[in-house]
Amino acid sequence: MCLAIPARVVQVEEGLGLVDVGGVVREASFMLLPDVQIGDYVLLHAGYALQRVDEAEAEETLRLLAEMAEAGRAEA
Amino acid sequence: MVRYVREFHDAAAARGLAAAIERITSRSVNLMEVCGTHTVAIFRHGISQLLPPPLSMLSGPGCPVCVTTNADIDKAIALAEQPKVTLATFGDMMKVPGSYQSLQQVKADGSEVRVVYSPRDAVCMAGDNPQRPVIFFAVGFETTAPTIAAALLEAEGLGLKNFYLISVHKLIPPAMRALLEAREVRIDGFICPGHVSVIIGSEPYQFIPQQYGVPCVITGFEPLDVLQGIDMLVRQIADGRAEVEIQYRRGVRPEGNPLARELVSRVFEESDADWRGLGCIPGSGLKLRPEYKRFDAEEAFAINPPPTKEHKGCLCGDILRGVKTPPECPLFGGTCTPERPVGPCMVSSEGTCAGWYQYGSR
Repeated sequence: MCLAIPARVVQVEEGLGLVDVGGVVREASFMLLPDVQIGDYVLLHAGYALQRVDEAEAEETLRLLAEMAEAGRAEA
Repeated sequence: MVRYVREFHDAAAARGLAAAIERITSRSVNLMEVCGTHTVAIFRHGISQLLPPPLSMLSGPGCPVCVTTNADIDKAIALAEQPKVTLATFGDMMKVPGSYQSLQQVKADGSEVRVVYSPRDAVCMAGDNPQRPVIFFAVGFETTAPTIAAALLEAEGLGLKNFYLISVHKLIPPAMRALLEAREVRIDGFICPGHVSVIIGSEPYQFIPQQYGVPCVITGFEPLDVLQGIDMLVRQIADGRAEVEIQYRRGVRPEGNPLARELVSRVFEESDADWRGLGCIPGSGLKLRPEYKRFDAEEAFAINPPPTKEHKGCLCGDILRGVKTPPECPLFGGTCTPERPVGPCMVSSEGTCAGWYQYGSR
């Protein structure tokens, strides 16, 4: 039940707006995350944006995972 | 696949992580995931098959649907059966059997029970039908509670007089303490719930390493997140460390979402709560503050639910504590299936029994 999905903000107006979830556009409330900008990725849960996805942290995690992938290919 | 999802599904990285986990794991290790979304991810991606035999994954109580007691479901049913009301809830709650019936059966018998995607939908329903009381059966952990608080504040702002809540919210850290205190299973590390932590941050778990010496890693939900979370846990265990670490850094800040918590505490206060399988856990629930009592469905409607009863032979309680696995339940796969569920762990899409049934084993 605690599923939250990454969604891209496409419209913001007075705490409400639209987000794009893999091509599907749906309404979202930004009451819990008021300072969103168009283009931000947010975690969407039950119609509310809970948090902004931190791009730099995502890149850092992916860099570590890429090192693991190198090791994985060497094992294969 | 959506950005920030597909990148975390790379097979070579999964093999690399699995190999690293195997190298580090030298003794028997029990890791518990307390979140149902993790339980599903572990099943769906076959993560257990990638793990070395000394490492066991235990499923904890982490599905809000599963831990809701029969008494609370009976209460929601009694409210749904009031004349001229609408009861709204999340879809997962519909099929969960209470003592005698489920909300789905009550709906089939003529009560107005509506499934919503967001608590805002229930507020809109109340706004569109000012003469008809709309009762939201609010189930969820820390992830969901802020959305309910926000919806309630919106209803208040709109001046709605016909919007009500049944709050059966539950809080995760007190349940983790209850599991550790019970000492029924050995837990060497916790995969902490990523989206609960988006709200609460890392601080509320600090007592786990500090008082119980058990490592915690706040983990995301894609397959590489889960594997990396397991890798971080076995590294802590191998190094003799016990800390709260964050694997899911793209979503979880150490401070969580303070505004979301502020809205929750404006509307709710902590209370003791009954959990299926775990009993009453002090400070593990959220009830409406006195100044918001007029939104409390139980205050507004006089209901008299029948005495509760438990389903004979159902082991959901033991399964939620990680003490038993579904195949050990005499009802599993026979009397109790996803089509005709007896217990909530078979109903919920995130239930441990539903996962075992669908995917065969861990």
